[in-house]
Amino acid sequence: MDTSRNKYAMRLLSPFLTALLLSAVARAQAPNTCLDCHIALDPPYKVTDEQFSQDIHAQKGLTCASCHGGDPSKDDQDAMSKKAGFRGKIERKDVPAVCGRCHSDGAYMRRYNPSLRTDQFAQYLTSVHGKRRVQGDDRVAVCTDCHGVHDLRPASDTRSKVHPLNIAQTCSRCHADVAYMKKYSIATDQFAGYSASVHHEALNLRGDLSAPTCTTCHGNHGAAPPGVSTVQNVCSTCHVFQAQLFESSPHRAAFAAASLPGCVTCHSNHRISHPTDAMLGTGAESVCTNCHTDGDAGYQAATQIAQQLERLDTSAKGASEILDRAESAGMEVSDAWLEQDQARDSLTKSRVAIHSFNPARVQEEIAAGLQITAKTHAEGIAALKERDYRRRGLALSLLAIVAVVIGLSLYLRKIEARQQ
Amino acid sequence: MLASVRKWLDVRFDWATLTAPLRKKTVPVHELSHWYFLGGITLFLFGIQVGTGILLLLYYRPSSNEAFESVQYIMTRVQFGWLVRSIHSWAANLMIFTAFCHMFSVLFLRAYRKPRELTWLSGMLLLFLAMGFGFSGYLLPWNTLAFFATKVGTDIAGQVPLIGRPLMIFLRGGEEVTGATLSRFFGFHVAVLPGITTLLILVHLALIQRLGMSVPPAVEPQRTPVRQQSREMHFFPNFLLRELMAWYIALGVLGALAALSPWGLGTKADPFASAPAGIRPEWYFMFMFQTLKLIPAKIWRVDGEMIGILGFGAAGVVWTLLPFLERSGKGRGQRWALGAGIFALAYMTSMTVYGYLAK
Repeated sequence: MDTSRNKYAMRLLSPFLTALLLSAVARAQAPNTCLDCHIALDPPYKVTDEQFSQDIHAQKGLTCASCHGGDPSKDDQDAMSKKAGFRGKIERKDVPAVCGRCHSDGAYMRRYNPSLRTDQFAQYLTSVHGKRRVQGDDRVAVCTDCHGVHDLRPASDTRSKVHPLNIAQTCSRCHADVAYMKKYSIATDQFAGYSASVHHEALNLRGDLSAPTCTTCHGNHGAAPPGVSTVQNVCSTCHVFQAQLFESSPHRAAFAAASLPGCVTCHSNHRISHPTDAMLGTGAESVCTNCHTDGDAGYQAATQIAQQLERLDTSAKGASEILDRAESAGMEVSDAWLEQDQARDSLTKSRVAIHSFNPARVQEEIAAGLQITAKTHAEGIAALKERDYRRRGLALSLLAIVAVVIGLSLYLRKIEARQQ
Repeated sequence: MLASVRKWLDVRFDWATLTAPLRKKTVPVHELSHWYFLGGITLFLFGIQVGTGILLLLYYRPSSNEAFESVQYIMTRVQFGWLVRSIHSWAANLMIFTAFCHMFSVLFLRAYRKPRELTWLSGMLLLFLAMGFGFSGYLLPWNTLAFFATKVGTDIAGQVPLIGRPLMIFLRGGEEVTGATLSRFFGFHVAVLPGITTLLILVHLALIQRLGMSVPPAVEPQRTPVRQQSREMHFFPNFLLRELMAWYIALGVLGALAALSPWGLGTKADPFASAPAGIRPEWYFMFMFQTLKLIPAKIWRVDGEMIGILGFGAAGVVWTLLPFLERSGKGRGQRWALGAGIFALAYMTSMTVYGYLAK
């Protein structure tokens, strides 16, 4: 009886005993006496076990000594002796070089992540941050400012400060701080502008990770503002067709002569709102009238392009409305809707084509779209006519049915009267 | 003209003798006799189904690559194709509705009693066949809703103990709902089910012809032997003409539904897409579907859905065998059958409404 009870107790306890044994073995294999003390220290010296266990370096088997030196296997002051290579706290100015020691070593990095780039340090030295750091500015960003220190996660981790969803917030910690940035005489409204932009909406609200954040345009380790002459190259990495059309447009030379940046002049930089047709033409929201005045060729072209777009937009909306009415009446117009999608594509292409700033070029797309909307509109009208035809047919049929029922009823009355 | 045709037939086939039973046949007249029309209307709607179904067959293509497009073609390009397909779909739903009404009217008027047990039995089988027509026909346009509803429906069939999995594989023609499922559903819909149904309808009509119309016990005492003679109506032409009027009215309702609310087509089924929200079966399966949704996953360690399916199966068997079970119950049996009928009607109606209102 006792034996069986003991066996039962052993069976219950065995998972816990195994875990305890494994934990003891693990500690025996890789002792880290640094954490034993630093867990109990106050900030900034405090490093918790939980914090460190989340760190990518710790997960890859690196220890405190990998960066700070020393011998974590010793549990007294010998662990932090110069003899053991202890470097202690790494000064801000030294952080890029310390990180670069491993991250610039291709052979070393291949052991952990063969696909990881190893040019971060070299890039950093070309960045505004890096250049100023070299000049002795201790306030500019170093690796740990963006990536964190003891709880450093890979950029693919949504909790990482450098995950695409978090980058703008990370940059804004300095760049939106008026007091901190005062010394550099640069604007601090970039984050506020970006937060109201179409790019932020796509990335953070729609979760489209391909949408741009700060580093997409400015670079990450080599972060620098794009120059006036090269800004369209930045935008063109995504907006390829617009950039190609702009390059061959009259604006290319005109903007260069006036030292105006390509895309930004009309679309702004950080606060890029959803473009509307109202930005064209000569209305209150037009950006064309910022430079063009009544009578010049650009003013006329802007007026013409705006009219072209409005014509196709109105035509597409009209056709959609007719098809909506036909569909809600139960008519089968799915083919027409498919064609209507092509009309909307033409409208989108026309909106891209406006970057040629050439009414004739825009007209090519507009004409294709108008041809489709004329067809879909006609199909919608035909469906509505068919609906009316069916209803007339129904009315006539119901009249015939009522007449037959009345006739049958009268005939029944007649024969029943005769039968009685 | 009619007289000469009759004479022509009489000379050759002894038409007068052949139609004599029809002329002698009478239908009881009482305050509940209008319920007699429901069976005829259901038969008329079945006829409409056969006619429109044959017309649809001229253009329909039963393969997963062409089914949707062929129905779309019928709806948009074929002359009056929209009307034929809409009438076929609406008539299918109306037929099942009138079949249910007919079943409940027979139940509440207690027309299933001796000697009409086999009439009830054949009627119940016809009702199940009508539901089978609905289930198999629903998939044929190969649209998204039908595809996923069939997936769910055949999944439920797969839960039946012992025969569930083989049954599901048989229905689907494999592990998943594919073009093979469409092919066999088409086969069931246009060959197997119509064949069996036509045979059973003939049996059902022959039984009605042989046994006559039942007089409800509620109105029986009012019908004294003396008055009874005067309260009968000739089946031909009196009842048949009235039935014809009912058919015309049903035709008008069908035409109005088809013209004012043509049956939609939806979007083509994509077997690789995830199921859209709000997948539900046809309305006549809704009470069962909603019940299965409400049953807990496990009831005393037994799969809840399986208990639900077994419950519905048992209820279906009891319902079909009602005349035989009631006879053994004698006096009290009449009361439980009436109570069960009221409960079933209330349960099916409330669960159907709940199923449509619940998100």
